[in-house]
Amino acid sequence: MINALSSLLILAGLFFYIAGSIGLLRLPDLYSRLHALTKADNLGLGLLTAGMALQMPNLMTALKLVIIWLAILVASATSAHLIARHARRRESRS
Amino acid sequence: MNSTSLLVFDGLLLVSIVSLAWAALASIDARRSVILFMAFGLVLALAWARLRAPDVALAEAAIGAGLSGALLLAALHDHDRTAAGVGSSSTQNQTSAGLTTVIRWSVTLLCAALAVGLGWALVHVFDHPANDALARAVAENLDLSGVSNPVTAVLLNFRAYDTLLELAVLLTAVLGIFALGPARAGYQPAGLIFDGLTRWLVPVLILTAAYLLWVGAHAPGGAFQAGATLAAAGVVLRLAGRHQIGLPAARTLHIVLAAGVGMFLLVGFALLATGRAFLGYPPAWAGSLILLIETAAMLAIAATLVSAFVGGQPESVTIDNEE
Amino acid sequence: MLTTQLLYALSGCVIVALGLRSALLHSSLLQRVLAINVMGSGVFMILLAVAYRGAEVAPDPVPHALVLTGIVVAVSATALALALARRLAAEQDDD
Repeated sequence: MINALSSLLILAGLFFYIAGSIGLLRLPDLYSRLHALTKADNLGLGLLTAGMALQMPNLMTALKLVIIWLAILVASATSAHLIARHARRRESRS
Repeated sequence: MNSTSLLVFDGLLLVSIVSLAWAALASIDARRSVILFMAFGLVLALAWARLRAPDVALAEAAIGAGLSGALLLAALHDHDRTAAGVGSSSTQNQTSAGLTTVIRWSVTLLCAALAVGLGWALVHVFDHPANDALARAVAENLDLSGVSNPVTAVLLNFRAYDTLLELAVLLTAVLGIFALGPARAGYQPAGLIFDGLTRWLVPVLILTAAYLLWVGAHAPGGAFQAGATLAAAGVVLRLAGRHQIGLPAARTLHIVLAAGVGMFLLVGFALLATGRAFLGYPPAWAGSLILLIETAAMLAIAATLVSAFVGGQPESVTIDNEE
Repeated sequence: MLTTQLLYALSGCVIVALGLRSALLHSSLLQRVLAINVMGSGVFMILLAVAYRGAEVAPDPVPHALVLTGIVVAVSATALALALARRLAAEQDDD
């Protein structure tokens, strides 16, 4: 039962990762690609984390996984912001 | 059933590793090469975890992918500023096209022959049962080593001399980097969002480094991984424009850089003075001595890697001389 | 017959060959340094494959220590090589 739920969550996470990668390859410009990649990957990671947290033996390890997800969430949002800001500055200069 | 799914996983992992390596090496654009190299390093860390080498996986993710990538990206930044260099190297490729093709093909064939030779030797190696003499020696003497993580025991007790020389290599590299020129120009102060990230990330990194140092005695971790995490904190501070606190001031920096080798030599000669072998820890004191050496090594490794990222003699030295 | 050890060791050989080829053929200093790093990673893979003893037995810790030392030495050599490249570029600009 737990394994089935885990597998479902992980597969859902994988779907969002694939969607993000397709967005990276197919969307026209930097900003839309960044948007698709960051949003889809964060959600995919969240679902992956939820699926893996169900497999953990105790609550502390599951909590560690959630902390990892939160840290990656903030870091990827910040780096997406920095990339977009740099691209914007370069556009306005040229 | 289990072994075939593991084989599929291994196959997929190795295919992605080799393709990432090939993509990073074959790319003409330097920036793309560097980013693919960082991705290669991260997937490699996954492979190390699969091969039951968690200490190596931690070190590869932190040092191999993270810090090597940061060093290459900083070098790329310099490369872009001297953009003429890129142009001249690409024109060199077009001259004497025929000879170049011959050279390319012969080098490719030689490398393929090397790979085949190595592979053939390895196939023969794996036909014989593994020579477990060293592994058994480590397992038997682990209780006397002062730690319970076998890799830490090998690094800091059984083969401590090699680690001393490795720290000496790090020191030599940073001395060379200092001798080659001034530091790179600092970065401008970070905007609101990056500054906010730095404010909580750096303390977490420092805490994680201290934890990795402590836990290295009985679980995967140790001085190298802790030093790399601390170096990551220093690099983040530097990127956020806070140069003053990324690295200590000149005198302290020199002491910290030499502290790794210095602590090793101090402990070694102290033991020599008490009548034991050089770096031959008495079993009762081994754990504490290893922790002492690891702490100094962590600080030295962190300072070395941040100095390497900075790329040359830090500015504070010249400011000191002017006073 | 194709055990995990053999699979990883042979992949390591391939990576070493790829890295060596790029190190010899590329003209940009930065990409040569990168290629030598990739070569180093291939060697580490061979070492770790040799150290692997399967899922039940603990792996041999001595090659792990060798690889850990190798990773740190590789990054310091890379840092020195990049500093040399930067100084070379600065010297060429002055000419």
